[in-house]
Amino acid sequence: MTILALDWGFIIEKLIMIAIVVFASLGIALYTTFGERKVAAILQDRPGPSRAGPFGLLQPLADGLKLIMKEEIIPNAANKWLFILGPGLAMTASLMSCAVIPWGSAVDVFGRHVELQIADVNIGILYVFAVVSMGVYGIMIGGWASNNKFSLMSALRAASQAISYELAMGLALIALLMTTGTLSLKTIVEQQVQGHWWNIVYQPLGFLIFFITAMAECNRTPFDLPEAENELNFGYHQEYSSMKLGFYLFAEYINMIMSSAIMACMYFGGYDLPFFNEASVAPNIAALIGVGTLLIKIVLFIFLFMWIRWTIPRFRYDQLMGLGWKTLIPLALFNMLLTGAVILAKL
Amino acid sequence: MQALTNKSQAVNRKPMTLLERLYLINIIKGMLITFSHMFKKQPTIRYPEEKREFSPVFRGLHVLNRDEEGRERCTACGLCAVACPAEAITMEAAERVEGEEQLYREEKYAAKYEINMLRCIFCGLCEDACPKDAIYLSETFAPANYTRKGFIYGKPDLLIPNPLTEATAFAEAKGVEA
Repeated sequence: MTILALDWGFIIEKLIMIAIVVFASLGIALYTTFGERKVAAILQDRPGPSRAGPFGLLQPLADGLKLIMKEEIIPNAANKWLFILGPGLAMTASLMSCAVIPWGSAVDVFGRHVELQIADVNIGILYVFAVVSMGVYGIMIGGWASNNKFSLMSALRAASQAISYELAMGLALIALLMTTGTLSLKTIVEQQVQGHWWNIVYQPLGFLIFFITAMAECNRTPFDLPEAENELNFGYHQEYSSMKLGFYLFAEYINMIMSSAIMACMYFGGYDLPFFNEASVAPNIAALIGVGTLLIKIVLFIFLFMWIRWTIPRFRYDQLMGLGWKTLIPLALFNMLLTGAVILAKL
Repeated sequence: MQALTNKSQAVNRKPMTLLERLYLINIIKGMLITFSHMFKKQPTIRYPEEKREFSPVFRGLHVLNRDEEGRERCTACGLCAVACPAEAITMEAAERVEGEEQLYREEKYAAKYEINMLRCIFCGLCEDACPKDAIYLSETFAPANYTRKGFIYGKPDLLIPNPLTEATAFAEAKGVEA
């Protein structure tokens, strides 16, 4: 007798995948904080964290332990439920976006053909957009529930920034989607694996716009207006302490990893290793090489993010809005028009 | 007015060209500058493991000296206390009794000798004032302490180890003599 007409192997396989991806992204996020500090230090001629463990490698664990051990403070005037909901929502939204990222082609384990992707949704990129936009709610709710004017101001900034830059981001992506003709991330990557060039060659302007807007979406310097320390003290997580603060900070780093992964998939061939014939090795090994390639691309993007952070100072608020509405959106529209014209001319 | 240097430049008020207004080239230039700093030598000194060398004229903690036979040189004349601009030094004199000749060099010695390290400005005037070469400033500085009382250094803290009985400790405390 079978218990329900379900493929239990399928469910177990997906659960294992989810566990691996969630914990791996948490681990990578943990070490991204370490990387951030190390990169910042090296770019400023300092050694950076070097005391905890060899080369300071245990520093993120010490930081995490410290965050957990800190006292949990909920301000009297805060709305308690929303105050707790905020960081949870931010974390959930950023973790959910990793569901559609194709981490590799496919491996054969125990006679099963396992796709290295949690869900190959045919509207993958749309799903990512939907989930990432939900992250704004985490920031908004947290900032509003703190009942602190600085938190509220920074939450408002974060929301308006995210909304204005999402527009340009979507427009930049539409041009790419016009050339690929699909919304599925897996298919987009496969097209680049089979095709001659990565999408960056067809969409350099689109990538530039996407990259800038992705930086703004992640609240990274030069667009870290919501966290502008010198105007808003600490930003929307001002009243937070302990692991709730940790969740906000973690969500930010996971967002960074996910946007790097999406950029790698959309414009830089995802798990495609250039000048390497995947058919020349066993399919399992080829898939693992693919996963490694994608991870290296992600790390390079994260380094780029950090590098930019320690180079460029923060924008003023009106400059930020001006760049978003007056420059990036017209540019994205122009890019769309150009792509459409080229596609029409080719027909 | 004549310019002080030849480095002054007139402010350029020309409107920026399109390429300049794009900022992309400037941003890349800036990123190259920060990237070049990755290969620069770090000036950091990792303190407890690595220590920076003091200059040979560095004036640190005081040391009460002994002679070659291990006898205290200080005769409690009080010239150092008089010379001290911060009034950090206090002492009480005592007369040497029979059988203490191997402890104190002269007939008079300091029974109590205290320096308040919070008052001391490490000017070294006590060293200059001393006619017996009994006090000099070493190359270490006063370590942190939890109480104010802990900064009042008495004879046990200041005296150099006996060169006869604790030769290695003496050599260590003596350090490089200026």
